[in-house]
Amino acid sequence: MSNIHKAFENGKAFIPFITCGDPDIETTEAVVRAAVAGGADLIELGIPFSDPTAEGPVIQGANLRALQGGINTDKIFELVRKLRQDITIPLVFMTYANVVFSYGADSFISKCHDIGIDGLILPDIPYEEKEEFLPVCQKYGVDLISFVAPTSENRIEVIAKESEGFLYIVSSLGVTGTRSSITTDLASVTDIVRKNTKTPCAIGFGISTPEQARHMSELADGVIVGSAIIKLLEKYGKDAPGHVGKFVSEMKSAISN
Amino acid sequence: MTNPKGRFGIHGGQYIPETLMNAVIELEQAYEHYKADPDFNNELEALFNDYAGRPSLLYYAEKMTRDLGGAKIYLKREDLNHTGAHKINNVLGQALLAKKMGKTRLIAETGAGQHGVATATAAALMGMECVVFMGEEDTKRQALNVYRMKLLGADVVPVKTGTATLKDAVSEAMREWTSRISDTHYCLGSVMGPHPFPTIVRDFQAVISKEIKSQMLKKEGRLPDAVIACVGGGSNAIGSFYHFIGDEGVRLIGCEAAGRGIDTFETAATISTGKLGIFHGMKSYFCQDEFGQIAPVYSISAGLDYPGVGPEHAWLHDTGRAEYVAITDDEAVEAFEYLSRTEGIIPAIESSHAVAYAMKAAPEMDKDKIIVITISGRGDKDCAAIARYRGVEIYE
Repeated sequence: MSNIHKAFENGKAFIPFITCGDPDIETTEAVVRAAVAGGADLIELGIPFSDPTAEGPVIQGANLRALQGGINTDKIFELVRKLRQDITIPLVFMTYANVVFSYGADSFISKCHDIGIDGLILPDIPYEEKEEFLPVCQKYGVDLISFVAPTSENRIEVIAKESEGFLYIVSSLGVTGTRSSITTDLASVTDIVRKNTKTPCAIGFGISTPEQARHMSELADGVIVGSAIIKLLEKYGKDAPGHVGKFVSEMKSAISN
Repeated sequence: MTNPKGRFGIHGGQYIPETLMNAVIELEQAYEHYKADPDFNNELEALFNDYAGRPSLLYYAEKMTRDLGGAKIYLKREDLNHTGAHKINNVLGQALLAKKMGKTRLIAETGAGQHGVATATAAALMGMECVVFMGEEDTKRQALNVYRMKLLGADVVPVKTGTATLKDAVSEAMREWTSRISDTHYCLGSVMGPHPFPTIVRDFQAVISKEIKSQMLKKEGRLPDAVIACVGGGSNAIGSFYHFIGDEGVRLIGCEAAGRGIDTFETAATISTGKLGIFHGMKSYFCQDEFGQIAPVYSISAGLDYPGVGPEHAWLHDTGRAEYVAITDDEAVEAFEYLSRTEGIIPAIESSHAVAYAMKAAPEMDKDKIIVITISGRGDKDCAAIARYRGVEIYE
């Protein structure tokens, strides 16, 4: 078991997503520090992929900018090593299966353990394919995060029972990106989840405002926000850290009351 | 131990977002049910024969055989199918299946536009809505096919992300499917993607090798010595190979697009230059860099311009049952012109890759040997692009 549970010991967890290397690695480092100072409980660090099939246009753009800026997996490992000198909140990687597979699952995941990465989120690894990486994750104590989607229905029970770290609940159909409203009956999803596991759950996809975050935090143990943060990076570039810090602190206080 | 479902050796699988899992499970269950249903099979056969024009001809290319001076050459004429390519075989099967499942909307990706046209055609025939995703680069290379799809009532969405070619069209169709599942079937055009697509598409395309086998037995009283087909994702090739996989004496040869050469970065020859990976729902071989980023591939042929290959081909390569060779743009264009001139048949630039390999192989073989080349599609769509390749500007 990793340290991920600690993220859920400080009230409802706020979980920002940051694409590493967008627009450059120095900005990512500053943004992570600003998010931690703003009250982030766990951070999802995105390792860019050339063809992110689960992402909407905003995060696709971040992946592209980061890759064009010359980021790669090894540089991101170095970044985490540096961040870990003083940052203690749980950190997880979010990327695609091929990034881990091509590096070699054992090399990639053992390195995660060495540098202090607590978990791995791979949107193209569903329950049926988790054996691809799970044995290696268990060997090194890195949690493989599972997803539950609005279409999961009869699958929720078994996914929840075997979940570790935290359970990622996808709020709506479709890809990542901000949405004006979320219409999925999430209460019935979280009900089934609660009945089957003690693993904390966090809701993500489409959440961008403090009101949405507060509403989601009533159902789940945490809230994940990606595209709304990436939009700040898109808009402010190297000057984004201050804006991200302020946004994180607004979101954290919205879910704390 | 990875999940054994939908595997070809180590390849295949279901590497897709959780949101799509119940959709592919529903599809698999429906397919298992209908493939054993005599009514479904009768309906599909009627569509094949009365609408698509099957069986397609197996034509003895006598002049080409004489000219090359070696093995006897037959052409499997999938270019004569309705809509001008093998793509219609798979599309009629999937559209009929989708209709039985109660779906009212088909979405598809397309490279050269042949699969998009076939999907738009089936949607028109069956009264279904249709949206086709096509790389913006390809909408320019294949403008006539864009017009054809629109004429057939489909919406064509130009995809601007990434390299704006086939792989990006697949990604965008997958994204669309995750946002609208209940009324929508993703009519995947090749033997790729997550299980059950590689199996479903292969089964619908296997009619090609089934016909080749019986036609060849009738004409020659024996099986061919080699079957040659082009490979992008690999649907016409697997369709051409399938019923010969158990016949050890029949060489199965897949022709990949080398683009400007397999020693350059401008290539789409996955088996020659790629390595094992996980992408677009499957484990297979992919063109990629050292960190697993998918490579921006290139070929003159929009239909072969894909960085991966279907998992069953990856397995046939691993076991050595099939051979895969790489054919450059130059060789394919020469073959395009050669077959037009020699037999009066204008092949698709994709199929020209198979013709090009046969032009090298046939002269090396004895005159009592027989090879079959699958002409997967007709080349009318490519004339403007080939003219440009030869420095002639023509307007469609």
